[in-house]
Amino acid sequence: MANINSTRYTILFAATVCVICAALVSVAAVSLKPSQQANARLYMEKNVLVAAGLVPQGRRMTVPEVQAYFDRDIRARLVDLRSGELLPEDRGDARRYDQRAARNDPATSHAAPGNPAGVRRLPNQGIVYFVLKEGQVDQVVVPVEGLGMWGTIYGFLSLAPDANTVRGLTYYEHRETPGLGAEISNPDWLALWTGRKGYDDTGAAAVRVVKGQAGAPDVDPNHIDGLSGATITGNAVTHLMQFWLGEHGYGKFLQRFREGARS
Amino acid sequence: MSTVSPVAQGAWRLDRKERSVLFDPLLVNNPINVQVLGICSALAVTTRMDKALVLSIGVVLVTMLANLAVSVLRERIPPSIRIIVMLSIIASLVIVFDQVLKATMYELSLELSVFVGLIITNCIVMGRAEGFAMSNPPRLALLDGLGNALGYALILLAVAFVRELLGAGKLFGMTVLPLVKDGGWYLPNGMMLLAPSALFIIAGLIWAQRTLQPQLQEKD
Repeated sequence: MANINSTRYTILFAATVCVICAALVSVAAVSLKPSQQANARLYMEKNVLVAAGLVPQGRRMTVPEVQAYFDRDIRARLVDLRSGELLPEDRGDARRYDQRAARNDPATSHAAPGNPAGVRRLPNQGIVYFVLKEGQVDQVVVPVEGLGMWGTIYGFLSLAPDANTVRGLTYYEHRETPGLGAEISNPDWLALWTGRKGYDDTGAAAVRVVKGQAGAPDVDPNHIDGLSGATITGNAVTHLMQFWLGEHGYGKFLQRFREGARS
Repeated sequence: MSTVSPVAQGAWRLDRKERSVLFDPLLVNNPINVQVLGICSALAVTTRMDKALVLSIGVVLVTMLANLAVSVLRERIPPSIRIIVMLSIIASLVIVFDQVLKATMYELSLELSVFVGLIITNCIVMGRAEGFAMSNPPRLALLDGLGNALGYALILLAVAFVRELLGAGKLFGMTVLPLVKDGGWYLPNGMMLLAPSALFIIAGLIWAQRTLQPQLQEKD
Protein backbone atom coordinates (compact mmCIF):
# COMPACT_ATOMS: atom_id res chain seq x y z
CA MET A 1 0.00 0.00 0.00
CA ALA A 2 1.16 3.53 -0.72
CA ASN A 3 2.51 5.65 2.09
CA ILE A 4 -0.58 7.06 3.75
CA ASN A 5 1.28 10.23 4.69
CA SER A 6 2.17 11.18 1.12
CA THR A 7 0.47 14.20 -0.42
CA ARG A 8 -0.56 12.22 -3.48
CA TYR A 9 -2.28 9.53 -1.40
CA THR A 10 -3.95 12.11 0.83
CA ILE A 11 -5.46 13.98 -2.12
CA LEU A 12 -6.59 10.77 -3.80
CA PHE A 13 -8.14 9.53 -0.57
CA ALA A 14 -9.95 12.80 0.03
CA ALA A 15 -11.29 12.82 -3.54
CA THR A 16 -12.54 9.24 -3.23
CA VAL A 17 -14.32 9.93 0.06
CA CYS A 18 -15.95 13.02 -1.48
CA VAL A 19 -17.19 11.10 -4.51
CA ILE A 20 -18.62 8.27 -2.43
CA CYS A 21 -20.32 10.61 0.05
CA ALA A 22 -21.70 12.77 -2.75
CA ALA A 23 -23.10 9.70 -4.51
CA LEU A 24 -24.75 8.52 -1.30
CA VAL A 25 -26.37 11.89 -0.62
CA SER A 26 -27.49 12.34 -4.25
CA VAL A 27 -29.09 8.91 -4.47
CA ALA A 28 -30.99 9.54 -1.23
CA ALA A 29 -32.12 13.01 -2.30
CA VAL A 30 -33.26 12.00 -5.78
CA SER A 31 -34.96 8.75 -4.82
CA LEU A 32 -36.88 10.29 -1.92
CA LYS A 33 -37.91 13.45 -3.74
CA PRO A 34 -41.34 12.26 -4.99
CA SER A 35 -42.57 11.32 -1.53
CA GLN A 36 -41.12 14.50 -0.02
CA GLN A 37 -42.99 16.58 -2.57
CA ALA A 38 -46.21 14.68 -1.92
CA ASN A 39 -45.74 15.35 1.81
CA ALA A 40 -45.06 19.04 1.23
CA ARG A 41 -48.21 19.34 -0.85
CA LEU A 42 -50.33 17.54 1.71
CA TYR A 43 -48.91 19.79 4.40
CA MET A 44 -49.69 22.91 2.35
CA GLU A 45 -53.29 21.87 1.75
CA LYS A 46 -53.69 20.93 5.39
CA ASN A 47 -52.65 24.48 6.25
CA VAL A 48 -55.50 25.86 4.15
CA LEU A 49 -57.77 23.92 6.50
CA VAL A 50 -55.83 25.18 9.53
CA ALA A 51 -56.12 28.82 8.38
CA ALA A 52 -59.86 28.28 7.93
CA GLY A 53 -60.06 26.93 11.46
CA LEU A 54 -61.40 23.55 10.30
CA VAL A 55 -58.59 21.52 11.89
CA PRO A 56 -56.20 22.38 14.75
CA GLN A 57 -52.59 23.04 13.83
CA GLY A 58 -50.92 20.02 15.38
CA ARG A 59 -53.17 17.33 13.90
CA ARG A 60 -51.58 14.74 11.61
CA MET A 61 -53.69 14.13 8.53
CA THR A 62 -53.65 11.62 5.72
CA VAL A 63 -54.30 12.32 2.03
CA PRO A 64 -57.90 10.93 2.11
CA GLU A 65 -58.75 13.02 5.19
CA VAL A 66 -57.59 16.23 3.52
CA GLN A 67 -59.35 15.16 0.34
CA ALA A 68 -62.62 14.70 2.24
CA TYR A 69 -62.44 18.26 3.58
CA PHE A 70 -61.65 19.63 0.13
CA ASP A 71 -64.54 17.74 -1.44
CA ARG A 72 -67.03 18.90 1.16
CA ASP A 73 -66.01 22.37 2.37
CA ILE A 74 -63.49 23.90 0.01
CA ARG A 75 -63.77 25.27 -3.53
CA ALA A 76 -60.44 26.22 -5.10
CA ARG A 77 -60.62 28.85 -7.84
CA LEU A 78 -58.19 30.93 -9.86
CA VAL A 79 -58.09 34.72 -9.94
CA ASP A 80 -56.48 37.05 -12.45
CA LEU A 81 -54.31 39.03 -10.05
CA ARG A 82 -53.92 42.07 -12.32
CA SER A 83 -57.66 42.62 -12.86
CA GLY A 84 -58.96 40.90 -9.76
CA GLU A 85 -61.36 38.89 -11.87
CA LEU A 86 -62.45 35.42 -10.78
CA LEU A 87 -61.71 33.05 -13.66
CA PRO A 88 -64.37 30.58 -14.83
CA GLU A 89 -64.11 27.14 -13.28
CA ASP A 90 -63.45 25.40 -16.58
CA ARG A 91 -60.04 27.11 -16.88
CA GLY A 92 -58.12 24.18 -15.47
CA ASP A 93 -58.08 22.43 -12.15
CA ALA A 94 -57.39 25.18 -9.61
CA ARG A 95 -56.42 22.73 -6.90
CA ARG A 96 -53.64 21.30 -9.03
CA TYR A 97 -52.39 24.79 -9.86
CA ASP A 98 -48.81 25.25 -8.67
CA GLN A 99 -48.56 28.92 -7.83
CA ARG A 100 -44.86 28.83 -6.98
CA ALA A 101 -44.00 27.19 -10.29
CA ALA A 102 -46.22 29.70 -12.13
CA ARG A 103 -44.51 32.58 -10.33
CA ASN A 104 -41.09 31.34 -11.43
CA ASP A 105 -42.05 30.76 -15.08
CA PRO A 106 -41.67 33.97 -17.15
CA ALA A 107 -44.55 32.85 -19.39
CA THR A 108 -47.06 32.76 -16.54
CA SER A 109 -45.80 35.59 -14.36
CA HIS A 110 -44.92 39.28 -14.41
CA ALA A 111 -42.41 41.42 -12.52
CA ALA A 112 -43.71 42.81 -9.27
CA PRO A 113 -43.36 46.56 -8.67
CA GLY A 114 -40.77 47.44 -6.02
CA ASN A 115 -42.10 46.53 -2.59
CA PRO A 116 -40.80 46.08 0.95
CA ALA A 117 -42.16 42.51 1.11
CA GLY A 118 -39.36 41.28 -1.14
CA VAL A 119 -41.75 39.89 -3.76
CA ARG A 120 -39.93 39.97 -7.10
CA ARG A 121 -42.32 38.18 -9.44
CA LEU A 122 -46.04 37.71 -9.36
CA PRO A 123 -47.99 34.88 -10.97
CA ASN A 124 -50.57 36.06 -13.50
CA GLN A 125 -53.11 33.88 -11.77
CA GLY A 126 -53.49 33.37 -8.06
CA ILE A 127 -55.35 30.66 -6.22
CA VAL A 128 -58.16 31.37 -3.75
CA TYR A 129 -59.97 28.85 -1.59
CA PHE A 130 -63.62 29.50 -0.78
CA VAL A 131 -64.66 27.83 2.44
CA LEU A 132 -68.31 26.88 2.32
CA LYS A 133 -70.72 26.57 5.18
CA GLU A 134 -74.22 25.36 4.39
CA GLY A 135 -73.69 26.21 0.74
CA GLN A 136 -72.62 29.79 1.42
CA VAL A 137 -69.11 31.23 1.20
CA ASP A 138 -68.08 31.57 4.82
CA GLN A 139 -64.39 32.39 4.41
CA VAL A 140 -61.93 33.29 1.66
CA VAL A 141 -58.43 31.85 2.04
CA VAL A 142 -55.55 33.34 0.05
CA PRO A 143 -51.85 32.46 0.06
CA VAL A 144 -49.31 35.05 1.20
CA GLU A 145 -45.54 35.05 0.91
CA GLY A 146 -42.64 37.41 1.45
CA LEU A 147 -39.05 37.70 2.47
CA GLY A 148 -38.38 37.09 6.16
CA MET A 149 -35.11 37.29 8.01
CA TRP A 150 -33.47 34.14 6.60
CA GLY A 151 -35.75 33.10 3.77
CA THR A 152 -39.20 33.26 2.28
CA ILE A 153 -42.19 33.02 4.61
CA TYR A 154 -45.25 31.23 3.20
CA GLY A 155 -48.67 31.31 4.77
CA PHE A 156 -52.43 31.34 4.29
CA LEU A 157 -54.76 34.11 5.37
CA SER A 158 -58.43 33.46 5.90
CA LEU A 159 -60.88 36.36 5.70
CA ALA A 160 -64.58 36.62 6.55
CA PRO A 161 -67.05 37.35 3.68
CA ASP A 162 -66.51 41.09 4.27
CA ALA A 163 -63.02 40.42 2.83
CA ASN A 164 -61.59 42.42 5.70
CA THR A 165 -61.97 40.64 9.04
CA VAL A 166 -59.27 38.04 9.68
CA ARG A 167 -60.69 34.64 10.52
CA GLY A 168 -57.44 32.72 10.68
CA LEU A 169 -53.81 32.71 9.64
CA THR A 170 -50.97 30.21 9.30
CA TYR A 171 -47.33 30.50 8.42
CA TYR A 172 -46.48 27.00 7.38
CA GLU A 173 -43.08 27.38 5.79
CA HIS A 174 -40.33 29.75 6.85
CA ARG A 175 -36.72 29.80 7.98
CA GLU A 176 -37.03 32.32 10.83
CA THR A 177 -34.85 32.00 13.93
CA PRO A 178 -36.13 29.18 16.17
CA GLY A 179 -37.44 30.58 19.45
CA LEU A 180 -37.64 34.17 18.15
CA GLY A 181 -38.95 34.85 14.63
CA ALA A 182 -40.15 31.26 14.30
CA GLU A 183 -42.80 32.09 16.90
CA ILE A 184 -44.85 33.45 13.98
CA SER A 185 -46.08 29.87 13.55
CA ASN A 186 -47.01 29.57 17.23
CA PRO A 187 -50.80 29.00 17.39
CA ASP A 188 -51.08 31.29 20.44
CA TRP A 189 -49.65 34.23 18.52
CA LEU A 190 -51.60 33.43 15.35
CA ALA A 191 -54.79 33.41 17.42
CA LEU A 192 -54.19 37.11 18.14
CA TRP A 193 -54.99 37.85 14.49
CA THR A 194 -58.54 36.55 14.64
CA GLY A 195 -61.03 39.41 14.50
CA ARG A 196 -58.49 42.03 13.38
CA LYS A 197 -59.09 43.96 10.16
CA GLY A 198 -56.88 43.82 7.09
CA TYR A 199 -57.91 47.32 5.92
CA ASP A 200 -58.39 50.65 7.69
CA ASP A 201 -61.34 53.02 7.25
CA THR A 202 -59.91 54.49 4.04
CA GLY A 203 -59.67 51.03 2.46
CA ALA A 204 -55.87 50.85 2.57
CA ALA A 205 -54.18 47.60 3.60
CA ALA A 206 -53.15 48.58 7.10
CA VAL A 207 -52.78 45.47 9.23
CA ARG A 208 -49.52 45.79 11.11
CA VAL A 209 -47.39 44.01 13.69
CA VAL A 210 -46.51 46.67 16.28
CA LYS A 211 -43.85 46.89 18.95
CA GLY A 212 -45.29 45.87 22.29
CA GLN A 213 -48.97 45.23 22.78
CA ALA A 214 -51.89 46.16 20.59
CA GLY A 215 -55.28 47.12 21.94
CA ALA A 216 -58.42 44.99 21.85
CA PRO A 217 -59.65 44.06 18.32
CA ASP A 218 -62.67 46.40 18.49
CA VAL A 219 -60.69 49.54 19.42
CA ASP A 220 -57.37 48.80 17.69
CA PRO A 221 -58.41 46.59 14.77
CA ASN A 222 -55.34 46.93 12.53
CA HIS A 223 -52.58 46.16 15.04
CA ILE A 224 -51.11 42.88 16.28
CA ASP A 225 -48.83 42.37 19.32
CA GLY A 226 -45.16 42.25 18.34
CA LEU A 227 -42.88 39.33 19.12
CA SER A 228 -40.00 40.37 21.34
CA GLY A 229 -36.61 39.69 19.80
CA ALA A 230 -38.14 39.34 16.35
CA THR A 231 -38.44 42.89 15.01
CA ILE A 232 -37.22 42.02 11.51
CA THR A 233 -39.57 39.06 11.23
CA GLY A 234 -42.44 41.20 12.55
CA ASN A 235 -41.75 43.89 9.96
CA ALA A 236 -41.52 41.23 7.26
CA VAL A 237 -44.93 39.92 8.28
CA THR A 238 -46.36 43.45 8.16
CA HIS A 239 -44.92 44.03 4.68
CA LEU A 240 -46.03 40.76 3.19
CA MET A 241 -49.55 40.99 4.61
CA GLN A 242 -49.96 44.54 3.32
CA PHE A 243 -48.55 43.56 -0.05
CA TRP A 244 -50.93 40.64 -0.61
CA LEU A 245 -53.92 42.61 0.64
CA GLY A 246 -52.83 45.50 -1.59
CA GLU A 247 -53.60 46.22 -5.24
CA HIS A 248 -50.75 44.10 -6.66
CA GLY A 249 -51.70 41.09 -4.58
CA TYR A 250 -55.27 40.00 -3.93
CA GLY A 251 -56.53 43.53 -3.19
CA LYS A 252 -58.47 43.97 -6.45
CA PHE A 253 -60.04 40.55 -6.19
CA LEU A 254 -61.02 41.12 -2.56
CA GLN A 255 -62.58 44.47 -3.44
CA ARG A 256 -64.65 42.89 -6.21
CA PHE A 257 -65.61 40.08 -3.87
CA ARG A 258 -66.68 42.58 -1.20
CA GLU A 259 -68.80 44.52 -3.67
CA GLY A 260 -70.26 41.32 -5.13
CA ALA A 261 -71.16 40.08 -1.67
CA ARG A 262 -72.89 43.35 -0.84
CA SER A 263 -75.02 43.59 -3.96
CA MET B 1 -31.06 -24.03 19.16
CA SER B 2 -29.68 -26.87 17.11
CA THR B 3 -30.45 -25.29 13.72
CA VAL B 4 -28.18 -22.30 14.30
CA SER B 5 -24.61 -22.94 13.28
CA PRO B 6 -21.97 -22.36 15.92
CA VAL B 7 -20.48 -19.56 13.85
CA ALA B 8 -23.72 -17.60 13.61
CA GLN B 9 -24.35 -18.17 17.27
CA GLY B 10 -20.89 -16.86 18.07
CA ALA B 11 -21.56 -13.71 16.08
CA TRP B 12 -24.30 -12.74 18.51
CA ARG B 13 -22.40 -13.71 21.64
CA LEU B 14 -20.47 -10.86 23.19
CA ASP B 15 -17.26 -11.44 25.12
CA ARG B 16 -16.46 -9.45 28.23
CA LYS B 17 -14.81 -6.56 26.48
CA GLU B 18 -17.61 -6.26 23.95
CA ARG B 19 -20.17 -6.30 26.70
CA SER B 20 -18.42 -3.51 28.55
CA VAL B 21 -18.06 -1.47 25.34
CA LEU B 22 -21.78 -1.84 24.68
CA PHE B 23 -23.24 -1.50 28.16
CA ASP B 24 -20.86 0.80 30.04
CA PRO B 25 -22.00 3.96 28.22
CA LEU B 26 -25.62 3.27 29.19
CA LEU B 27 -25.07 4.14 32.84
CA VAL B 28 -21.56 3.76 34.20
CA ASN B 29 -19.94 5.98 31.61
CA ASN B 30 -22.95 7.74 30.12
CA PRO B 31 -21.95 10.32 27.49
CA ILE B 32 -24.36 12.96 28.79
CA ASN B 33 -24.27 12.30 32.51
CA VAL B 34 -20.60 11.48 32.96
CA GLN B 35 -18.84 13.01 29.98
CA VAL B 36 -21.35 15.88 29.64
CA LEU B 37 -21.38 15.72 25.84
CA GLY B 38 -24.30 16.36 23.48
CA ILE B 39 -26.03 18.74 25.87
CA CYS B 40 -27.24 21.18 23.20
CA SER B 41 -29.72 18.83 21.56
CA ALA B 42 -30.69 17.40 24.95
CA LEU B 43 -31.95 20.87 25.84
CA ALA B 44 -33.66 21.59 22.57
CA VAL B 45 -35.61 18.51 21.54
CA THR B 46 -36.77 17.12 24.86
CA THR B 47 -40.07 18.96 25.11
CA ARG B 48 -41.86 15.96 23.63
CA MET B 49 -41.19 12.22 23.66
CA ASP B 50 -41.77 11.77 19.92
CA LYS B 51 -39.18 14.42 19.05
CA ALA B 52 -36.67 12.96 21.49
CA LEU B 53 -37.27 9.44 20.14
CA VAL B 54 -36.78 10.41 16.51
CA LEU B 55 -33.62 12.36 17.29
CA SER B 56 -32.36 9.43 19.36
CA ILE B 57 -32.94 7.02 16.48
CA GLY B 58 -30.99 9.38 14.23
CA VAL B 59 -28.07 9.58 16.64
CA VAL B 60 -28.05 5.79 17.13
CA LEU B 61 -27.92 5.11 13.38
CA VAL B 62 -25.42 7.84 12.62
CA THR B 63 -23.07 6.99 15.49
CA MET B 64 -23.11 3.27 14.66
CA LEU B 65 -22.56 3.68 10.96
CA ALA B 66 -19.99 6.44 11.35
CA ASN B 67 -18.04 4.35 13.85
CA LEU B 68 -18.23 1.35 11.53
CA ALA B 69 -17.09 3.28 8.46
CA VAL B 70 -14.27 5.05 10.29
CA SER B 71 -13.10 1.80 11.85
CA VAL B 72 -13.06 -0.02 8.50
CA LEU B 73 -11.02 2.80 6.99
CA ARG B 74 -8.90 3.51 10.07
CA GLU B 75 -5.65 2.16 8.65
CA ARG B 76 -6.14 3.94 5.33
CA ILE B 77 -7.25 7.40 6.47
CA PRO B 78 -4.32 9.85 6.10
CA PRO B 79 -3.74 11.16 9.65
CA SER B 80 -3.44 14.77 8.48
CA ILE B 81 -7.03 14.86 7.17
CA ARG B 82 -8.68 12.32 9.47
CA ILE B 83 -11.01 14.79 11.20
CA ILE B 84 -12.39 16.15 7.97
CA VAL B 85 -12.83 12.64 6.56
CA MET B 86 -14.85 11.68 9.64
CA LEU B 87 -16.86 14.87 9.31
CA SER B 88 -17.66 14.07 5.65
CA ILE B 89 -18.85 10.59 6.58
CA ILE B 90 -20.94 11.85 9.51
CA ALA B 91 -22.42 14.72 7.49
CA SER B 92 -23.41 12.41 4.64
CA LEU B 93 -25.12 9.98 7.01
CA VAL B 94 -27.00 12.81 8.70
CA ILE B 95 -28.18 14.25 5.38
CA VAL B 96 -29.46 10.85 4.31
CA PHE B 97 -31.30 10.47 7.62
CA ASP B 98 -32.79 13.95 7.22
CA GLN B 99 -33.98 13.12 3.70
CA VAL B 100 -35.59 9.88 4.88
CA LEU B 101 -37.29 11.79 7.69
CA LYS B 102 -38.69 14.37 5.25
CA ALA B 103 -40.03 11.57 3.08
CA THR B 104 -41.67 9.66 5.91
CA MET B 105 -42.42 12.00 8.82
CA TYR B 106 -42.70 15.40 7.21
CA GLU B 107 -44.27 17.44 10.00
CA LEU B 108 -42.02 15.99 12.66
CA SER B 109 -39.03 16.83 10.47
CA LEU B 110 -40.26 20.43 10.27
CA GLU B 111 -40.53 20.60 14.04
CA LEU B 112 -37.08 19.11 14.55
CA SER B 113 -35.93 21.75 12.03
CA VAL B 114 -32.22 22.38 12.46
CA PHE B 115 -31.66 19.78 15.14
CA VAL B 116 -31.42 16.83 12.77
CA GLY B 117 -28.74 18.70 10.83
CA LEU B 118 -27.04 19.49 14.10
CA ILE B 119 -26.43 15.77 14.74
CA ILE B 120 -23.36 16.46 12.59
CA THR B 121 -21.92 18.62 15.34
CA ASN B 122 -23.07 16.38 18.18
CA CYS B 123 -19.87 15.90 20.18
CA ILE B 124 -20.75 12.28 20.90
CA VAL B 125 -20.63 11.21 17.24
CA MET B 126 -17.33 12.90 16.51
CA GLY B 127 -15.92 11.94 19.89
CA ARG B 128 -16.56 8.22 19.38
CA ALA B 129 -15.21 8.27 15.84
CA GLU B 130 -11.97 9.97 16.86
CA GLY B 131 -11.63 8.50 20.34
CA PHE B 132 -12.65 4.91 19.70
CA ALA B 133 -13.26 3.91 16.08
CA MET B 134 -9.86 5.18 14.89
CA SER B 135 -8.10 2.67 17.14
CA ASN B 136 -10.45 -0.33 17.31
CA PRO B 137 -11.73 -3.02 14.92
CA PRO B 138 -15.12 -2.60 13.19
CA ARG B 139 -17.18 -4.98 15.35
CA LEU B 140 -16.06 -3.33 18.56
CA ALA B 141 -16.51 0.14 17.05
CA LEU B 142 -20.07 -0.69 15.98
CA LEU B 143 -20.92 -1.84 19.50
CA ASP B 144 -19.29 1.24 20.99
CA GLY B 145 -21.32 3.52 18.71
CA LEU B 146 -24.52 1.67 19.60
CA GLY B 147 -23.76 1.78 23.32
CA ASN B 148 -22.92 5.46 23.46
CA ALA B 149 -25.84 6.51 21.29
CA LEU B 150 -28.19 4.41 23.43
CA GLY B 151 -26.76 6.05 26.54
CA TYR B 152 -27.54 9.40 24.95
CA ALA B 153 -31.02 8.22 23.94
CA LEU B 154 -31.72 6.99 27.47
CA ILE B 155 -31.07 10.40 29.01
CA LEU B 156 -32.89 12.22 26.20
CA LEU B 157 -36.00 10.09 26.66
CA ALA B 158 -35.84 10.38 30.45
CA VAL B 159 -35.66 14.17 30.24
CA ALA B 160 -38.42 14.28 27.61
CA PHE B 161 -40.59 12.03 29.79
CA VAL B 162 -40.41 14.45 32.71
CA ARG B 163 -40.80 17.55 30.55
CA GLU B 164 -43.73 16.39 28.43
CA LEU B 165 -45.55 14.83 31.39
CA LEU B 166 -45.20 17.81 33.73
CA GLY B 167 -45.20 20.51 31.04
CA ALA B 168 -48.12 19.36 28.91
CA GLY B 169 -49.67 16.46 30.82
CA LYS B 170 -48.99 14.18 27.88
CA LEU B 171 -46.73 11.36 26.72
CA PHE B 172 -46.13 10.88 22.99
CA GLY B 173 -48.92 13.42 22.46
CA MET B 174 -51.46 11.30 24.39
CA THR B 175 -53.10 12.92 27.38
CA VAL B 176 -52.03 11.31 30.65
CA LEU B 177 -52.83 14.08 33.10
CA PRO B 178 -56.00 15.91 31.94
CA LEU B 179 -55.34 19.66 31.92
CA VAL B 180 -57.43 22.18 33.79
CA LYS B 181 -58.13 24.11 30.60
CA ASP B 182 -59.62 20.93 29.06
CA GLY B 183 -61.76 20.27 32.12
CA GLY B 184 -59.25 18.06 33.96
CA TRP B 185 -57.39 18.65 37.22
CA TYR B 186 -53.74 19.09 36.22
CA LEU B 187 -52.27 22.60 36.02
CA PRO B 188 -49.23 22.23 33.73
CA ASN B 189 -45.85 23.57 34.74
CA GLY B 190 -45.05 25.87 31.83
CA MET B 191 -41.38 26.12 32.76
CA MET B 192 -40.96 22.46 31.83
CA LEU B 193 -41.47 23.42 28.19
CA LEU B 194 -38.65 25.98 28.30
CA ALA B 195 -34.99 25.07 27.83
CA PRO B 196 -33.81 25.83 31.40
CA SER B 197 -35.90 22.99 32.81
CA ALA B 198 -33.82 20.50 30.81
CA LEU B 199 -30.69 21.90 32.45
CA PHE B 200 -32.21 21.36 35.90
CA ILE B 201 -33.33 17.82 35.06
CA ILE B 202 -29.96 16.85 33.60
CA ALA B 203 -28.19 18.42 36.56
CA GLY B 204 -30.42 16.38 38.85
CA LEU B 205 -29.57 13.18 36.95
CA ILE B 206 -25.85 13.95 37.11
CA TRP B 207 -26.12 14.63 40.83
CA ALA B 208 -27.98 11.37 41.41
CA GLN B 209 -25.41 9.38 39.46
CA ARG B 210 -22.43 10.94 41.20
CA THR B 211 -24.01 10.26 44.55
CA LEU B 212 -24.58 6.61 43.66
CA GLN B 213 -21.10 6.26 42.13
CA PRO B 214 -18.77 8.17 44.46
CA GLN B 215 -15.74 7.11 42.36
CA LEU B 216 -16.89 9.72 39.76
CA GLN B 217 -16.35 12.57 42.21
CA GLU B 218 -13.11 14.47 41.76
CA LYS B 219 -10.90 14.97 44.80
CA ASP B 220 -10.50 18.67 45.32
